[in-house]
Amino acid sequence: MSNSTILEPATKTAAAAQPLAGTSISGSQAVLEALLAEGVDTIFGYPGGAIMPIYDALYDYTDKLQHILVRHEQGGIHAGQGYARSSGRTGVVFATSGPGATNLVTGLADAMIDSTPLVCITGQVFAHLLGTDAFQETDVINITTPVTKWNYQVTDATEIPSVLAKAFYIAKTGRPGPVLIDITKNAQLQKFDYEGYTPCEHIRSYRPKPIVRKEYIAEAAKLINSAKKPFVIFGQGVILGQAEKEFKAFIEKGGFPAAWTIMGMSAIPTDHPLGVGMLGMHGNYAPNVLTNDCDVLIAIGMRFDDRVTGRLDKYAKQAQVVHLDIDPAEIDKNVKSAVPVWGDCKETLPMLTQLLEKNDHSAWLAKFRELEAEEIKEVITDELNPTTEILTMGEVIKTLNELTGGNAIIVTDVGQHQMVACRYAKYNNSKSNVTSGGLGTMGFGLPAAIGAKYGAPDTTVVAVIGDGGFQMTIQELGTIMQFGAAVKILILNNQFLGMVRQWQQLFHDKRYSFVNITSPDYITVAKGYGIEGKRIDQRADLKTALQTMLDHDGSYLLEVMVGKENNVFPMVPQGCSVSEIRLK
Amino acid sequence: MIKQEYTITVYTENQIGLLNRIAIMFSRRKINIESLNTSPSEVDSVHRFTIVINEVEDVVRKLVRQIEKQVEVLKAYYNTEDEIVWQEMALYKVPTDVIAEKVKVERLLHQYGAKAVVIRKDYTVFETTGHREELESLIKALEPYGLIEFVRSARVAIIKASKGFHEKLKEFEKQEPGEEVIENEYLDKQDEVFTM
Ligand SMILES: Cc1ncc(C[n+]2csc(CCOP(=O)(O)OP(=O)(O)O)c2C)c(N)n1
Repeated sequence: MSNSTILEPATKTAAAAQPLAGTSISGSQAVLEALLAEGVDTIFGYPGGAIMPIYDALYDYTDKLQHILVRHEQGGIHAGQGYARSSGRTGVVFATSGPGATNLVTGLADAMIDSTPLVCITGQVFAHLLGTDAFQETDVINITTPVTKWNYQVTDATEIPSVLAKAFYIAKTGRPGPVLIDITKNAQLQKFDYEGYTPCEHIRSYRPKPIVRKEYIAEAAKLINSAKKPFVIFGQGVILGQAEKEFKAFIEKGGFPAAWTIMGMSAIPTDHPLGVGMLGMHGNYAPNVLTNDCDVLIAIGMRFDDRVTGRLDKYAKQAQVVHLDIDPAEIDKNVKSAVPVWGDCKETLPMLTQLLEKNDHSAWLAKFRELEAEEIKEVITDELNPTTEILTMGEVIKTLNELTGGNAIIVTDVGQHQMVACRYAKYNNSKSNVTSGGLGTMGFGLPAAIGAKYGAPDTTVVAVIGDGGFQMTIQELGTIMQFGAAVKILILNNQFLGMVRQWQQLFHDKRYSFVNITSPDYITVAKGYGIEGKRIDQRADLKTALQTMLDHDGSYLLEVMVGKENNVFPMVPQGCSVSEIRLK
Repeated sequence: MIKQEYTITVYTENQIGLLNRIAIMFSRRKINIESLNTSPSEVDSVHRFTIVINEVEDVVRKLVRQIEKQVEVLKAYYNTEDEIVWQEMALYKVPTDVIAEKVKVERLLHQYGAKAVVIRKDYTVFETTGHREELESLIKALEPYGLIEFVRSARVAIIKASKGFHEKLKEFEKQEPGEEVIENEYLDKQDEVFTM
C-alpha cells in the first residue's frame, strides 16, 4: 500500500487553519468541514430527500471529497467497511432517512461485531416532524442502538462540529466500531456562527486506552516463561492496534507457535515460520487439536467466538490462559483467564516481550508440523491438486496465489468459498484479508471489495464470491461501471448454496432443502455493466484466465465452475470440541 | 449457580437514548428487569440508574461490564441485598367511608408504618416506604376494604461500602486518570469485580 494515500489525521493546529472559522455556515457545510478536518477523502453514499442539504453542500466540495454513488445503501456501508479494513482508517457513509437508513442496518451489525470503525451520517426529517409518521421518518436511533458503538441525533446545527468530532474519536479509539449520526433536515439547513473544528481527544465517560498494570505483565511473563507448550492465538486486535511488528517480535523471541482467527489473518505473513494456520470450525487441523494440548494459551486481541472454541466446556481445559485485550468486557467472557492483561497490545506486547526469555520450542512446534502433514495428506493435497475432472475451489486459490505472490488483498463473501479462500490464500501484508467474520454476511464481498480498492488503490483487490452471495449485492456492478474501481471479481460457482448444502449433506441426511440456486449468465450481466468477463470450467484454462483477469486494465469478472458437491474440511462439527475436528 | 437478586447501580451522563441503550442490553439476553429507577446522583450532572434483576452472578458480572462499556456510562456496580440499603415506596387508594367505618385507621397506619397523604370524602391515599414484603402486607390488610388503586415505585438503593462518586468523577475528567481509578481494579480482586 502506498503511504501517500494515508492522510494526516486532524490535529489542533489544523483546526486553527480553517478558513471558514468565524463565518456563518450551514449545518451541512459543517458536516463536510468536519470530514475534511478528519482527513476523510472518500464517502460512500446515496442521496434522498432528508439528506439533500448535505448533498447540495457536497456539490461544492467535490474537489476535496470523493463521493462514490453506490447502488444500495447496504452496498454503501459494506464499501465503507472494506475501505476501513484495507486502509486502517475510518469509513464514511451517507444515507437518507427512512429506507436509506434502514438499509444500513446489516452493515452496522457487521461492523459492530467485527470492530470496524465507521461514521455513518443519515438525514432525518425536520425536527418538528419527529414522531409524526412523516414521510420517510423512521426511528433510526432506536433501530440502530444495538448495532452501533455510539449513535446520536442532531437537531441543531451548532452541535454538528462537536458531535462529529466525538463520532470520529469514538469510532476509531479503543475497540473500534460503527457510529451513526442522524441529522434532522432543519439542522442541515440552519446557518450558524462556525468556530472551526476541534478534534475530540477526551470524553469523561469513555476511557478507550487502559493504563497497563505492570504486575499483570510480570505475572503473564512468568507464566509464559515457565510454559513447556505455549501456544499463541491471535485475532484482529493485532491489526486494529497496528501492533503487527510488536506481535512478530513477541512470538519470535519466545519461539511460540501462533495461529490466527479468521479476523487476525494477514497480521503476520501466512508463511511465517511460526505461523501454524487458522483456528476455528474450518480452520487447520493442528491448531485446533493442539489447543487442547498446550499448557499456556496466550490469546491476543481475539474474543473466543464460538466458531473458534467449539464446545466451550471442552476447550483448552488443561491450559492456563493469558488473555490480552483492549476490551475489558471480553476478558473472562467466554474463557476464564489465569492472567488478564487489559490494554492496547501495541503497548502490552513490547512490555511482555521485554520480560520474555529467548526461547525455542522447536520440539513443540514440530508437533504442529506433524499434524499439518496429516492434514496435507488427508485433505489439502486433494483439494489443491485434485484428480477429479471438475475444478476445486482450492486449486483456484492456489493458482491465484502463484500469480499474485500473496500481494493481493483478498475480499471474500460468505460460505464455502470464504473458508477455502481463507484456508489457502497467501498473504504477505497486513490488512489484506477482508471478510465478514462475526456476522457472516452474504452480499458483503462485492461492495467490500469496491471499498477496499478505494482504501488501497495501489494494491490488487480480488473479490472471491459464491454464486449465492454474488446475487445478493450484484447491483454494485453499477458502482464499478460508473466509478471504475478495478476490482477483480472471482465467482466460484458450485450451483449450490454450498455451505448450507454441506450441512444438509452431513447433518440432515442429504435432504437438500432449497439450496439449489440458479445463476444468470454472469458474463452477459457483467457485459451489460461494461465489465469484461469470462467463464471457465476446464483446468487447462485456469491459469491463463486468472492471469487475464489480473492483467486486465480495470475491473474484470471471472466465473469458475467448480465441483457441485465438494465439502470444506477439516471441520469441527457444531457441539463438538476443537480436538474432535474431522478430517473427512 | 443459583439466581439471586442483584441491584445494579449505573452512573451515567444524562443523555437521551441512554435508557434505551441500557434497557435493551437486558432484553437482548432475555433478562426481566424487576425494577428500574433513574434519578440524579450525589454529583451534579451525573445520572444514576438503579436496576434490580434476578440472575446468577456470572451473568450479572458480564452484563455489568457490557453496560460499563457504553460510551456514556461512567461506572457500573452490582450488589447483593446485604451490600445495600434499599427502599421502595407505595401508594394505596381506598374508599374513605369504608375504611373509616370498619377500622381504627390510626392503628393500621402505625402498624404498617404508613401515613395518609390525602384524605377526601370519597377516597383516602396512604403511602408507605420500606422493603417489598412490608409494602405487600399492607395491600393484604387493605384489600378487604376495597383497594381502588395500588402502585409501587422502583427500588432506590445506597451502596453501603461506597464513598460516593465525587472523587472518582474528578479522575474521569482528567485526560489521564490516576492510578487509583485506573479501572483495572477488577483485575486485583477477580472475585469481587465491581464492588467498591
Ligand atoms: C445474508 C445471509 N443469508 C443467509 C446466510 C446463510 N448462509 C451461509 S453460507 C450460505 C451459502 C452461501 O452460498 P454461496 O454464496 O453460493 O457460497 P458457497 O457456500 O457455495 O461457496 C448461506 C445461505 C448468510 N450467511 N447470510
